[in-house]
Amino acid sequence: MLKTTPLNAIHRAAGARMVDFGGWDMPVNYGSQIEEHHAVRRSAGVFDVSHMRSVDLEGKGVRDFLRFALANDVAKLKLPGKALYSCLLDESAGVIDDLIAYYFRDDWFRLVVNAGTADGDIDWLHRLNALAGHGVALRSRDDLAMIAVQGPQAREAFWRAFPETRAATEALVPFQAARVGDDIVVARTGYTGEDGFEVSCPADEVATLWNGVVAAGARPCGLGARDTLRLEAGMNLYGQDMDTGASPFDAGLAWTVDLAGARGFFGRKALEARPRACDFLGLVLEDKGGVLRAHQIVLAERGEGEITSGTFSPTLGVSIALARLPVGTAPGEKVRVQVRDKELAARVVKPPFVRHGKPLI
Amino acid sequence: MNLPPELKYTASHEWARLEADGTVSVGITDHAQEQLGDIVFVEPPKVGRQVAAGESVGVVESVKAASDIYAPLAGEVVANNDELGASPERINADAYGAWMYRLKPADAADLAKLLDSAAYAKASAE
Repeated sequence: MLKTTPLNAIHRAAGARMVDFGGWDMPVNYGSQIEEHHAVRRSAGVFDVSHMRSVDLEGKGVRDFLRFALANDVAKLKLPGKALYSCLLDESAGVIDDLIAYYFRDDWFRLVVNAGTADGDIDWLHRLNALAGHGVALRSRDDLAMIAVQGPQAREAFWRAFPETRAATEALVPFQAARVGDDIVVARTGYTGEDGFEVSCPADEVATLWNGVVAAGARPCGLGARDTLRLEAGMNLYGQDMDTGASPFDAGLAWTVDLAGARGFFGRKALEARPRACDFLGLVLEDKGGVLRAHQIVLAERGEGEITSGTFSPTLGVSIALARLPVGTAPGEKVRVQVRDKELAARVVKPPFVRHGKPLI
Repeated sequence: MNLPPELKYTASHEWARLEADGTVSVGITDHAQEQLGDIVFVEPPKVGRQVAAGESVGVVESVKAASDIYAPLAGEVVANNDELGASPERINADAYGAWMYRLKPADAADLAKLLDSAAYAKASAE
């Protein structure tokens, strides 16, 4: 039995093609994935991301606990509402999950984690909590739903639909959130490389939010467009671009690991001792003859690599990929990719491929 | 389901149409393009290739996935629809207009052995 979000009936009524996404019955598109992709790059789109899990952590030791549990350092979060992206590492510095941590009060943080890893994350956090002894209370917020309104006109669409939220959310900078009701959080975050909000709210209120932003001009978008948008934006997908077999350094996520000072976060020693397995970079297909996809083998100057995510980029009109390449591979290098029975030429680039509607490669 | 009754079909979601010159045009069904989503690349079999019925002869790739295309009949490939190289999205817009390749059938009687629209509708609903 697949799990459903509170918007399931709305998606079906809108003609969505539904797929099993990690045990959730989710819309992959509402017609054309490419049109949905362009809507987000050019105007505004809205995604149901209610399958993602919010986990509240409460107690006076919560900041110290998260400084221990996360590879990025929540000490950077000084203003209520500020957020950061981090990995959760295991004892060998493999990535258990990637998440966003929000600071609301000195005794209250929230983690937003991936759907497929949520239960394992919570078990893991309980173990760390017992180990660290800060006495943090964990609460899985299964009562919340979430939408992402993304695109250059996304915030305007949201404010047209809900003008009463404007005053509280207009001054938000990227990676900052505001609480605009008892349990409604508007965050200037996303997974598309465009401006916009991610909004979480009680499950029974999400249909009002969805219908409001759609009426205000945001196009319903499925997980298909979400994947091409995040890939163009050079953002990793958990389970594909990294997992417990990869350290953050092997997944292009060194920028999310805070090694300043002597902070003893979980997995740090293993991370510092672990040899780098690969360089994580982008590829742009230069030959015709197919589409780059996960698991294709890359032949580079220094040896073999492997694609972890690949697709056709609707914005660039070419195929692009994220790949694990031999250490020392540099942007600009020409490589060959095995696509079925052929070897196609590709160029190594540093992601992102597209940001704020503009090609970067 | 959009299934022109004058065409023949395969369980692997190809359609086949007998042309006036005796060749058979082959494409993928409207149902298949809908399942695949936005199509971004087509590789038909090379002209001159001899193919067997049911043989994997080419590939169609959407944003989402790659999918093999199969020969509905034995025969020789005599033409490719070159327009699809630059505009593969024409398959999404008009699946039965956007033929991928043409075959000269080894035995024209084989066409009668393919599924008709009703049988295909039943097979693809399962």
